[in-house]
Amino acid sequence: MAGKFFFVDTTRCTACRGCQIACKQWNKQPADKTKQYGTYQNPPDLNGNTFRLVRFMEHPSKVNSMVWYFFTEACRHCLAPPCKKKADQVKKDAIIVNDFGAVLYTKGTKDLKRAAKAIKQACPWSIPTWSDKEKQLVKCHMCHERVAAGLKTACSKACPTGALNFGEEAEMKALANKRLAAAKKKFGGKGEILDIEDVRVLYLIIDEQIKYRPVAL
Amino acid sequence: MTNHWIDIRNSDCILIMGSNAAENHPISMKWVEAATDKGAKLISVDPRFTRTSSKADIYAPLRSGTDIAFLGGMMNYILTNKKYHKEYAANYTNASFIVGPKYDFNDGIFAGFDSKAKKYDKSMWAFAKDDQGIPKRDLTLMDPRCVFQLMKKHYERYTPETVSAITGTPAKDLKLVWETYAATGAVDKTGTIMYAMGWTQHTVGVQNIRMMAMIQLMLGNMGRPGGGVNALRGESNVQGSTDHCLLFHIWPGYLGTPNASLPTLAAYNEKNTPKTNDPLSANWWQHKPKYMASFLKAMFGQAATAKNDFGYSWMPKLDVGKPYSWLDLFDEMYKGTFQGFFAWGQNPACSGANANKTRQAMAKLDWMVNVNLFDNETASFWKGPGMEPGDIKTEVFLLPCVTSVEKEGSITNSGRWSQWRYQAAKPLKGCKPDGEIMVELFEKIRELYKDGGAFPEPILNLRWDFVKNSKFDAHAVAKLINGYFEKDTTIKDTTYKKGTLVPSFAFLQDDGSTSSANWLYCNSYTEKGNMAARRDKKDPTGMGLYPEWSWCWPVNRRIIYNRAAVDLNGKPWSKNKNILEWNGKKWVGDVPDGGWPPMVDQAKTRRPFIMKPDGVASVFGPGRADGPFPEHYEPIECPVEKNLMSGTFTNPTAAIYGTDTDVYKTCDPRFPFVCTTYRVTEHWQTGILTRWQPWLLETQPQLFVEMSLELAKLKSIANGEKCKVSSGRGMVEAVAMVTGRFKPFTIMGQTIHQVGLPWCYGWLQPEDGGDSANLLTPSAGDPNTRIPETKAFMVNVEKIGKRG
Repeated sequence: MAGKFFFVDTTRCTACRGCQIACKQWNKQPADKTKQYGTYQNPPDLNGNTFRLVRFMEHPSKVNSMVWYFFTEACRHCLAPPCKKKADQVKKDAIIVNDFGAVLYTKGTKDLKRAAKAIKQACPWSIPTWSDKEKQLVKCHMCHERVAAGLKTACSKACPTGALNFGEEAEMKALANKRLAAAKKKFGGKGEILDIEDVRVLYLIIDEQIKYRPVAL
Repeated sequence: MTNHWIDIRNSDCILIMGSNAAENHPISMKWVEAATDKGAKLISVDPRFTRTSSKADIYAPLRSGTDIAFLGGMMNYILTNKKYHKEYAANYTNASFIVGPKYDFNDGIFAGFDSKAKKYDKSMWAFAKDDQGIPKRDLTLMDPRCVFQLMKKHYERYTPETVSAITGTPAKDLKLVWETYAATGAVDKTGTIMYAMGWTQHTVGVQNIRMMAMIQLMLGNMGRPGGGVNALRGESNVQGSTDHCLLFHIWPGYLGTPNASLPTLAAYNEKNTPKTNDPLSANWWQHKPKYMASFLKAMFGQAATAKNDFGYSWMPKLDVGKPYSWLDLFDEMYKGTFQGFFAWGQNPACSGANANKTRQAMAKLDWMVNVNLFDNETASFWKGPGMEPGDIKTEVFLLPCVTSVEKEGSITNSGRWSQWRYQAAKPLKGCKPDGEIMVELFEKIRELYKDGGAFPEPILNLRWDFVKNSKFDAHAVAKLINGYFEKDTTIKDTTYKKGTLVPSFAFLQDDGSTSSANWLYCNSYTEKGNMAARRDKKDPTGMGLYPEWSWCWPVNRRIIYNRAAVDLNGKPWSKNKNILEWNGKKWVGDVPDGGWPPMVDQAKTRRPFIMKPDGVASVFGPGRADGPFPEHYEPIECPVEKNLMSGTFTNPTAAIYGTDTDVYKTCDPRFPFVCTTYRVTEHWQTGILTRWQPWLLETQPQLFVEMSLELAKLKSIANGEKCKVSSGRGMVEAVAMVTGRFKPFTIMGQTIHQVGLPWCYGWLQPEDGGDSANLLTPSAGDPNTRIPETKAFMVNVEKIGKRG
């Protein structure tokens, strides 16, 4: 299945959060009232007003004493989306996959309030969010209107370092392989592309996944 | 920057120290990563592990305020292990110069110190000269009185053990950084430094930069692609504001401000125009009288004539020896010396050191005008914390101005590129561009002076022919900055009609026939058009110079001192980094620093550092207030009782102040922790623009104080808990961010903790955001620039108990 892909090279991300803000800007989402709670990561998690969030996680390390990993999190746009599978059981095609692979939550998801929790649980990354404001399920929609108009997604356009990339499948996979080889060379053989067979958002990481984001064990 | 942003990609080793590029100059990381993709090493030296450190090959911590010790040790390593680029150092720097017999250095003090006046007699540091008046040299660098040998002796004291005991950097980390960076001394390699306020805002700020400049010179990194000394400017147009004389001690184009001892232009020129007897020195500043006359013609137009010294006497003069810097202005304001104040595009109530003093000083004024986009802690200081509005007589006017994107004009970035910007959006009703406010203001003042007043000449004679119908025109100002021929002038068989724009500063004259409001920008707006508006992406050298994208000073030279990028035959030191090469007849590549042939042609050549009187770069810097070699002194507030390098504890020439608000606490058990301040990616300066922006506030909503796990344990503070951070001058409440990214230092065998806070918050907005970290910082300054020491001071941290 061809179509559009993201490639996220976490080794290049500096957590400027340009992607997080650009996402809110494009989607005209309001800010939440947040508090400083002892980390740079804010808002604390994805929510109805935040479809993309940069996670900050720090750990002790033998080299340089610390590592500080940044992980720009949003929907993975799965090739076989479990959220859709679950939702289809309640309402067929409330969740659709468009011609370039964006997994989209239509207005039909307004009827999925009772199933919202189960749909969220179906997602390996707990992305689907019930929005009390929109009264439907919401998440990253791959800026499908921008993409249909020939533009890049808002988040990838904002990225200054080439950490967050967007394009055709072949182009993104070639870039992912090139950057994986470079990472392995630089970080002593470490490096992997997450879930490369299953999703349209390819992440390159150089450490255990649990060090980048909370992972259900 | 001697180089420019894109050039970072050409480096073999990037040292980020005294700055935090990933967080405060995020776009620069694009070029850093382009370099590391090609195998360059990235080194981050910082008291705290930052977002920059997270991308570094090597991270080394150091205690705030100990950079000279760290770098002095690097210099010792370079000299002891012969890592320097000898041919470069001998020919292009003053390392070979013989220092005169009066120079000495003893126990932290250089020769010529007047302990009462706290000043040096710099004549004691002069070079020994031959009978022609030219400094004596020993190109073998062996003479015991040559700069190289004196420098070697000076930095021999900076052993790894002593440095580590001062900085708290583990010895193995020191060695790794020194080795890795010193490797750029190889002839074909270059290394670069990216620094910012982490180096400048100290009582040894200038010497921090000089220390690195010396290292760059010894490694042969100046003037070369991927090298240079690169200041990351903290605001998009700070370079422009410095070039155009925002500071008190210079006029536009770095012409020193006259003082009252120089009553005539001739006296000024005599005193300030450097001379040389060396035929190989271009001594470009010999042209200073031309730039002075042209500047005065730009100020006073037709009224400026040779007979009246071009209006020199109408320009304000400094009192001899009296500083007028930020710290001094607020000191005098606090003492009630003056009554009115324009706080234009700034927020001193949060941005200046010792903010309580600043805030109290503003209460002594009769009036204050604040020009800004939003209400802020300065305009509303009278209703701020601890203020009794009824008792404050200061009348405050807040004039709303437009944002930078709502008007046309230029900005000059860190890389010296003047880039023209069009107006992108229409302003809100009632908001005016700064230029328009200034035109209206001045026309009203001039009207008042027409009825008399003290000393009306400068006001009534000010050139105003570029303002038409009271309208500010950015193009007209930019053209005057470039300059005009003021009468028909013939130069080298070409006649330039009166009113023609001057092609470049080589055409400026000292007889009043030319004007230029800033000689350094002469060539930026010529008869060929507005050079800053150019947007061509050609890159003939392939080295990222993009010579027809915008315009850069001087005369579009993208890397200054670039004739040091080549060897004595005019061939690039590194073959794969060719920005300039002598082809036998002329230079090809970047605009050369003077068109003279390479050094091998001793009959026609000039040395590459053309702005220096001797044509070489200053490893030995006899012009600085605090000594010709950087020396480690402790910050005015520090956690140690002695300076391990000498018996001289702090910089003996540092600027300190004496009002009741100027409190300094060293080794005071009530303030046991080292503190520093910094910025975050998400807010801009004092946050005056960004704290009103909900998306940015959502990401960084409240003041925090970062501290180590060990300190948090010691003080029973949990992550996310509210704390009180206090210094001898003030107190803020902040949320604790307990992190392994700060670690305790071992300093002279003792455990020393350090904390840090961002200074982007203020009491006005948001209500629960916390106040400015500058309430804590000291009003102590560098003796050369008087920049405040906000990057190293002492505080206490206490638990308050409630959650943020």
